[in-house]
Amino acid sequence: MLRFALFRALSLGLSLVAASLVVFFALEIVPGDPAAAMLGVNAQEDTLAALRAELGLDRGPVARYFDWAGGLLRGDFGISYTYRTPVAQMIADRLWVSLPLALYALALTLLIAFPAGLAAAARRGKGTDLTIMGVTQLGIAVPNFWFAMLLVLAFSITLRWFSAGGFPGWEAGVGPAMKALTLPAIALALPQASILTRVLRSALIETLGQDYIRTARARGLTRRQVLWRHALRNALIPVLTIIGLQFSFLLAGAIIIENVFYLPGLGRLIFQSIGQRDIIVVESVVMLLVFAVILVTFLVDLAYAAVDPRLRRPR
Amino acid sequence: MSSDRTRLAGGTALLVAGLALAQAAFAQRTDIVVGMGLEPPHLDPTTAAAAAIDEVVYANLFEGLTRFAPDGSIQPALAESWDISEDGTVYTFRLHEGVTFHDGSTLDAQDVKFSLDRARSEDSTNAQKGLFAGIEDVTVVDPLTVQITLDQPDGGFLFSMAWGDAVIVAEETADAAKTAPVGTGPFRFENWVQGDRIELVKYPDYWGDPVALDRAVFKFISDSTAAFAAMMAGDVDTFPIFPAPENLAQFEADPRFRVIVGSTEGETILSTNNKQPPFDDPKVRQALAHAIDRQAVIDGAMFGYGTPIGTHFAPHHPAYLDLKATSAHDPDKARALLAEAGYADGFTTTLKLPPPSYARRGGEIIAAQLREVGIETEITNVEWAQWLEQVFRGKDFGLTIVSHTEPMDIGIYANPDYYFQYDNPDFQSLMDALRAEADPEARTALLQQAQTIIAEDFVNGYLFQLAKSGVADARIEGLWENAPTQANDLTGVRWTE
Repeated sequence: MLRFALFRALSLGLSLVAASLVVFFALEIVPGDPAAAMLGVNAQEDTLAALRAELGLDRGPVARYFDWAGGLLRGDFGISYTYRTPVAQMIADRLWVSLPLALYALALTLLIAFPAGLAAAARRGKGTDLTIMGVTQLGIAVPNFWFAMLLVLAFSITLRWFSAGGFPGWEAGVGPAMKALTLPAIALALPQASILTRVLRSALIETLGQDYIRTARARGLTRRQVLWRHALRNALIPVLTIIGLQFSFLLAGAIIIENVFYLPGLGRLIFQSIGQRDIIVVESVVMLLVFAVILVTFLVDLAYAAVDPRLRRPR
Repeated sequence: MSSDRTRLAGGTALLVAGLALAQAAFAQRTDIVVGMGLEPPHLDPTTAAAAAIDEVVYANLFEGLTRFAPDGSIQPALAESWDISEDGTVYTFRLHEGVTFHDGSTLDAQDVKFSLDRARSEDSTNAQKGLFAGIEDVTVVDPLTVQITLDQPDGGFLFSMAWGDAVIVAEETADAAKTAPVGTGPFRFENWVQGDRIELVKYPDYWGDPVALDRAVFKFISDSTAAFAAMMAGDVDTFPIFPAPENLAQFEADPRFRVIVGSTEGETILSTNNKQPPFDDPKVRQALAHAIDRQAVIDGAMFGYGTPIGTHFAPHHPAYLDLKATSAHDPDKARALLAEAGYADGFTTTLKLPPPSYARRGGEIIAAQLREVGIETEITNVEWAQWLEQVFRGKDFGLTIVSHTEPMDIGIYANPDYYFQYDNPDFQSLMDALRAEADPEARTALLQQAQTIIAEDFVNGYLFQLAKSGVADARIEGLWENAPTQANDLTGVRWTE
């Protein structure tokens, strides 16, 4: 298990180095000078040069890469070109919105998908199964931003139960903050729950057809006992993979939902920073997301090993 | 007896409480939530061009020596009065007494000297450094008097000092202004939740007329559907520049809202690269001008909001000349002119479109109109940063659509290096004459001459004056109708019920 974890950690580190190179030099190629983007059309040449020097943009890309990558290693994300505040601080502020939102949406996803997936698998081919399959098909087909707009129309404009968007901040209290995240979390969770329900259902159905299930049934276990004790545990591998992917998606992919609900999350930060050519922010946030995705994959790998002892030997 | 008295006292208490409640219900609101599409990158108007900065801080948080009034005229602000020397080169400003910054320190002539010297210094990062180029010297005469010497007379100097880029800051707080701005305005900065909102509160020691609002929140919503939902749900009280003109009719039909349509300083033009063949031929530019149907662009791209223009000048300005007839829509004439210029079969050029809808939607319509006369366009959508680099600085374009939002910016036609590269010595000397002229009537005559020259040279395709179309809760009054500068001046805003 330890060797397995070490091996995985090493590949994680290499992935990060490769990602940092790609992220940095891809953004180097993108046209648009951050200084010109800030100073606009009436800026004079000397003013632009002064600002470039102030931002450290007058040095070569290789030197700037090592500055940036070295800073990342020390936990220093640099200073935003436009906001002139430490990028780490900005990311931390935004994470306080994006991370709870992702967790909230993931919790809703699991709360919906597990009962629905188990119910559908247990009553395969019956009315319950068909209804759940129909609803989840719809859930996957409906784009989440459109569903989000419907939620706003129903609960904000008509019923006025929720604000149409925005985030009061955690200093306003946990209640109001969670309330502000509720509609976005539902909008994010619906398609994810639909996907997970279907994956869980088919994984369960597959394991239910295995020989050891028949053996367990022959030993006298009830359908329900077999489902919970044997089938669910063996069906978890594909489900864990999907959950890992979904969490990464919820963290990094909420850009559109954050725009619909104008939440000050990471997605919106990237969106704004690209427009303003605040390249150092884009680079650092993308790196953080890459790190999060790799870390989640790593944790999922470890969870596989915990679930399935056969995977503990390195392949 | 005693029980009666208790009951009476209880009843009175209830009555008082009831009245207090009723009064609270009828009390006027003193807070406002203003919606904006873009969030400012920071809050220092003296070091960046972003309009969103001025839309939060101008007149609310920071003030200059002079200021723009809602009608675009120049009014005294921190300067109570001024004298201009006979030769027009020395301005002596007398400052208001008792003006304090939000940190409690007193404004004096030294702060003015610091602000202006900082803006024109060698390492200045002022986006409008050109405004200060004529200043030769700033001298503190006494704590409330400051003397500014110009290298030559400049009839537009008081106008320059009204810009958001020319606000007065104190030396001690200037460097922190990006995130902790300290100004002299009626509101002081309280809080900024980045990505979400900025909160300003009333500054009790303001030197001028106190404002009616206690609190102003600027909320940033870039998505137009979300903006619509936020207005409808009552989360936002006003959107002075509503991002989707197509939704305005819906607000108009709803008695809870008032749609406010005014004019901006934005001349929206089909900018033409005057040095790139075939646009170096005036005949081709003239053909281009006659190929465009302005009203169709306004109707199609802006849902009817916008005033057609025939030159690079704001129609609401007293010196405006209506020159639309010079470039009236006439496709036959356009085709004839192209044939005369040797392009009977037309030609192909590039059309680069920045993000605003006037450009993206307008571009499609103009491309169709140009195709009618035989001009094919290759449309490229660009972001602002790309536009600045490729079009504005690189001059790598044939045509582009952009709104020139700076007030009174006809002077850009005197700069041969400006991105559309119009080089006319007559026009340049006319602008020199304008700069030296202080007499209002003579200035008007010169400005009209200037408008005529660029209209008859067909430098660019003049499309329309960008409208300021916004929406507000019907109970709010005092919002600016027009936008003489990019600002959301809340000093005169109040709730009526």
